[in-house]
Amino acid sequence: MTRVLDVRDLRVSFPTSAGRRFHPVDGVSFTLDRGETLALVGESGCGKSLTSLALVRLVPAPGRVDAGSTIRLGDTDVLALEGEALRRIRGKRIGMIFQDPMTSLNPVFTVGDQIAEGVRAHARMSRADARERARALLQEVGIPDPAGRLDAYPHQLSGGMRQRVMIAIALAAEPEILVADEPTTALDVTVQAQILEVLDELRRRRGMAVLLITHDLGIVAGRADRVAVMYAGQIVEEAPTLELFEHPSHPYTQGLFASVPRITGPVTRLTPIGGTVPPPTAWPSGCRFRPRCPQAFEKSERPPELLPVGPAHRMRCWLAERSG
Amino acid sequence: MAAGFRAARRTPGGRAGLAFLFFLVLLALFGPLLLPDPFHQFDLLEASNTAPGPDHPFGTDQLSRDVLSRVVSGARISLAVAALAVALSVTLGAGIGLVAGYWGGPVDATLMRLVDGALAIPRLFLLLLVLSVPERVPLFALILLIGATGWFTTGRVVRAETLRLREETFVRAAEALGASRRRIIFRHLLVNTAGPLLVAATLGVGDVILLEAGLSYLGLGVQPPTPSWGGMIMDARPVLEAAPWVGIFPGLAITLTVLATNLVGDALREALDPRGA
Repeated sequence: MTRVLDVRDLRVSFPTSAGRRFHPVDGVSFTLDRGETLALVGESGCGKSLTSLALVRLVPAPGRVDAGSTIRLGDTDVLALEGEALRRIRGKRIGMIFQDPMTSLNPVFTVGDQIAEGVRAHARMSRADARERARALLQEVGIPDPAGRLDAYPHQLSGGMRQRVMIAIALAAEPEILVADEPTTALDVTVQAQILEVLDELRRRRGMAVLLITHDLGIVAGRADRVAVMYAGQIVEEAPTLELFEHPSHPYTQGLFASVPRITGPVTRLTPIGGTVPPPTAWPSGCRFRPRCPQAFEKSERPPELLPVGPAHRMRCWLAERSG
Repeated sequence: MAAGFRAARRTPGGRAGLAFLFFLVLLALFGPLLLPDPFHQFDLLEASNTAPGPDHPFGTDQLSRDVLSRVVSGARISLAVAALAVALSVTLGAGIGLVAGYWGGPVDATLMRLVDGALAIPRLFLLLLVLSVPERVPLFALILLIGATGWFTTGRVVRAETLRLREETFVRAAEALGASRRRIIFRHLLVNTAGPLLVAATLGVGDVILLEAGLSYLGLGVQPPTPSWGGMIMDARPVLEAAPWVGIFPGLAITLTVLATNLVGDALREALDPRGA
């Protein structure tokens, strides 16, 4: 397995008006191998989108990636890049898809224009060649009549079609890694499945690595090789997908599973997790899930490390010591 | 541009304004070729201040020049001044607005405080002050001055649009996919401000025509013998009772032209800029 991305101890901070800094992303580490799909799962505000933006250094000002963080893209130290070198990894090595296909396309240009723009941002190519390439990409993401759709404007396409166009744009420069930030949240359920199918097929055909960011465990099930669950700026549990679904160990992960309905098994009341995610300015000391955790105990007052619960299965909870 | 025409045609007012402006532009381009040249028309045999009649549909002025010819030639000057001055102020406004909105921070603050300051002085007085200093102001300097004092509100509108567009996902997406700063600014930001810019430009034409007429009326704008509508009204002042047509026709031309540009501008605003910037 070729390692394409290695993120270590990523911390993103923003200043407060009081002159202190808070950390919406606080020590996130993960790796991504060629051809692999890693799902990053968590509620809104847990820092998952910010993590993805940090990968291409697009953390909005006044935020910044703190010293001590590492992002290695193959042999490239992303955090050491500046200017033109930085621009050349964006799109070329890491492609990105955003949540809302309604707003992620420029309304005043045709989709053909926008895909060709992505192609020409990273490769010297004539307009005619770029257009042909755009057509091929539209075909690859499963748009019917790709040649005819090149001259369509975004508003003439449905949400699912727009998201396919967005994927085509992200693929334009043939990146090694595709980051999909909630790619199906704004879409109908049937269209969701289609889009996920497109992503999966592209991953297989091109050997791309996919970082799938979502709050929806249902999406993760058939698509991801591994899952990392995020809570309050940290990864609280990570495991191969099957293992996580069979043995969710962190109380937070268990809470997530208890709050979604199951198709099999007896019909029971859904159990929501009490309370809300605390804001990044006021994260509790010790275990950050402690105030909402039904299984919190004395040791939870000390911040837990990621502890092993099984092969390739770790969680940020002191309970791991008891079971292991 | 083409989309703009289509948008303006959607309301009756827009259609009427557009038709009149089209007619006016044709008249300004080709009218002088068909009519007697007012520059070479000091015909001493011709009576001065003749009333409108078959020979002179708009009558003649005190120098026995054909008023119709002068109004048509005046259209050429007024439209040329308006078009060039507006082109200059739209370019300045778009450029400065984009810079302020895109870079933000101290650059934005400095530029916008300058605009605030400039807007505190009425444009006409600012121009009067500058224009009254030299003996004679050449036409191109007049255009430059009018253009350079007309971009303030456009700059503000473009800045506001840029600030809004910067946060749009498609701009974020373009950045994430490696678009250069130049591409972001010109392709994603500028092109998306085309609507408000077109509105500002159209309404600006009406403003500039009025402004130029006012300056020429005060003798500080277009200099005689070059015909301009404002200048013609000034010429008509002493004979207004004896020969009202000398002043009425250029006045009518100003009114109709400004009305037409405002009709088109409003139609465009309705179609392109629903928030009414």
